[in-house]
Amino acid sequence: MTTNPKNQRLLSGNEAFALGAYHAGVKVAAAYPGTPSTEIMETLAQFKDLHAEWATNEKVAMEVALGACYTGVRAMASMKHVGLNVASDPFLAAATTGVNGGLVIISADDPGIHSSQNEQDNRHYAKLAKIPVLEPGDSQEAYDLMGIAFDLSEKFDTPVMVRTTTRISHSKSAVKTSGKRPAEAKHPAFYYNVPKYVMLPVNARSQRPKIEKRLVELAEYAETSPLNQVSEGGKELGIITSGISYQYAREVFPKASILKLGMTYPLPRKLIKDFAGKVKRLIVIEELDPFLEENIKAMGITVSGKEIIPRIGELSARIVADAARNAGLLAGEPVKIAEVPGLPRRPPLLCPGCPHAAMFFTLSTIGQRAKLLEAKDNTPKEPEIIITGDIGCYTLAAYPPLNAMDTTACMGASIGQAVGMAKAGIGKKVVAVIGDSTFLHSGITGLVNAVYNQAKITIVILDNGTTAMTGHQEHPGTGFSAQGEAAPAVKLEDLVRGIGVKNVKIVDAFNMKLLRSAVKESLAADELSVIITRGTCAVRQPKKVNPRAIDAEICNACGACLRLGCPAIQKSGDKVSIDAVLCIGDACTVCQQICPKQAIAPLKKEMK
Amino acid sequence: MKKLDLLITGVGGQGVVLASDIIGEAALAEGYDVKKTDTLGMAQRGGSVVSNLRIAEKVWSPLITEGEADILFAFEKLEAARWGYYLKPGGIAIINNHAQPPLAVSLGKTAYPTDTEVTAILKQRTDRVYFIDGTKLAQELGNVRTVNILMLGCLSHFLPLKLETWREVIARYLPEKLHTINMTAFDRGRKEVRDGHL
Repeated sequence: MTTNPKNQRLLSGNEAFALGAYHAGVKVAAAYPGTPSTEIMETLAQFKDLHAEWATNEKVAMEVALGACYTGVRAMASMKHVGLNVASDPFLAAATTGVNGGLVIISADDPGIHSSQNEQDNRHYAKLAKIPVLEPGDSQEAYDLMGIAFDLSEKFDTPVMVRTTTRISHSKSAVKTSGKRPAEAKHPAFYYNVPKYVMLPVNARSQRPKIEKRLVELAEYAETSPLNQVSEGGKELGIITSGISYQYAREVFPKASILKLGMTYPLPRKLIKDFAGKVKRLIVIEELDPFLEENIKAMGITVSGKEIIPRIGELSARIVADAARNAGLLAGEPVKIAEVPGLPRRPPLLCPGCPHAAMFFTLSTIGQRAKLLEAKDNTPKEPEIIITGDIGCYTLAAYPPLNAMDTTACMGASIGQAVGMAKAGIGKKVVAVIGDSTFLHSGITGLVNAVYNQAKITIVILDNGTTAMTGHQEHPGTGFSAQGEAAPAVKLEDLVRGIGVKNVKIVDAFNMKLLRSAVKESLAADELSVIITRGTCAVRQPKKVNPRAIDAEICNACGACLRLGCPAIQKSGDKVSIDAVLCIGDACTVCQQICPKQAIAPLKKEMK
Repeated sequence: MKKLDLLITGVGGQGVVLASDIIGEAALAEGYDVKKTDTLGMAQRGGSVVSNLRIAEKVWSPLITEGEADILFAFEKLEAARWGYYLKPGGIAIINNHAQPPLAVSLGKTAYPTDTEVTAILKQRTDRVYFIDGTKLAQELGNVRTVNILMLGCLSHFLPLKLETWREVIARYLPEKLHTINMTAFDRGRKEVRDGHL
């Protein structure tokens, strides 16, 4: 991080959120990794004068932050949009009890579904919980917002939601970080206050009018809040916008009048009415749902929005400009510049040396899944083995050539889905596949349920010792905390046996023979079985020695190794070769083990 | 410089995001407004990576509009072809002359475009298409991973930023033990363009 003549630094939105929270004196921060929110906690965890933790999941993170704020200190929880689904129970509970120290929840939405299983507009959650939501438009605002969010939380006795999006969180822009962490954070203290903190029905009922009153007061605050700003421009067109959409609006309509809402719930009725009265035509430019639009229409104000601006995916200046041209707000025809058709796609892949590849190859071959892949007609094919999947790098095994995943819904769903299919009487073997971090996040309760309901399924826990997909964060099984301290490690096999699973196998993730016999035995067993595959994530593999090479004299280009989907194994013409730079060598050797011709061996020096 | 939109692209693992960070920091250090946005998360796993970098007196959107990029800076040929439509007419394409075939090509499902095809795609937008043997030159220097810094050396001729700013920011972004080899790579890239090997 560097400074320039204007004393600015180039920060991502997520770095700016973390720094803003740090300078606002946050004492406890909890999160579960999830794109695009992860770097908020990663940045916070670098500071030593606060408690920053990876929680087992977002619900726990929310509860940790809520408990901390009850002691009067400032606390926060950050998560991706679907994380808030997991945390929605304590989120609404927090909205009911209110806070003591400031409580801020950052929800990082993913318009355009860059790295998620769905698209959802979490501003609805703020309305559901009847709490304020703030939206920054760049990194500077992300930094500045955090202090305001904590102040608002304490002033109005409410949790405050900060809603960001991928484009805000993962864009870098110039930030002047004027703040300084307060020298003395508040000393924690908890005061007995049952009507506020114990949500028995009688107490919850007495909180209800307070919540409604709070919302009215917040709307009054919104009228004069510095978060909501008018840039006076021409009178022809007025634009109401928020977040990243503000940047697109400014770029496309440099002359329009703009009301930029930094607080998008509750809305300032008078400010909006006054703004609407000054312009001939009023539009809302917002990403995803017509959240502002519907709330403004409910005020009886004439405004257009989603009949012009798309409601699916991310916006951009080009999309806004094209929409405006279609609606006659801008002159000219929409610009027709299209992608070049027919180029080979380059989807993300399991890495060379990925410890998940061999297990998926085993499931793929035992389940004869190549048949599914090669089926030419469109009639549905029944797989030999059904593989319910989960969320992580390993979801990429759904792609060819492994083609080894039949479902992926949400974190932890693989186990429950497998139980459901088995109980439906499908008559096929059902295998649930889940990673170590995801299992700890929300697979445990599924496993307890499988044991209790005596489901005869096989559960594969892919243990690579990290939360790989989001960039290698620690979790309760790794032995390290978010701040890099040694921590007790939950042993997966102890946990699984403790829940009551009798048939548990632990297998080296790179040993094809053992993987194959473990899968065959487990599938044959007339009981619930768990296979834990263990192997270091390839990105973190410290020893990358003796890359493998293919002896062209022996290789008959049968293509067996290519079915691993290893990016290091390449074919040009009839020649199959291994990229020695990409191959991790001795730590993997899976291709060598599966080659029917024994044509693969360590690269000899003289071959280099 | 009124505005400069750079689209930087390559394959996950080639150092696209680092290169983009260095350019952004260098521009910021010289007082420009800068916004940049990168592919992160799932798509980084060996997938197509693209970074939007915008430099101007004042930048609004962090995303470059299709057909308006001043420079396409590509670390891989297929990715250059894929993102070529972002170039403005007459823009500059600086391309590492290196092919990394995607899995679908290895599996024989589809073909990698020929050099003629890649050039033809880009020539639809501009005549200023420059290929650099970046990967090969970096290999000759003894560390193929320096290809991103070597390519920055080539790019540096096209941006109005001071040489000492480039060096200062590169040094700040890389561990000290890698400084010498990367400064050599940067100089090698500069030389490649200066000597007219474009």
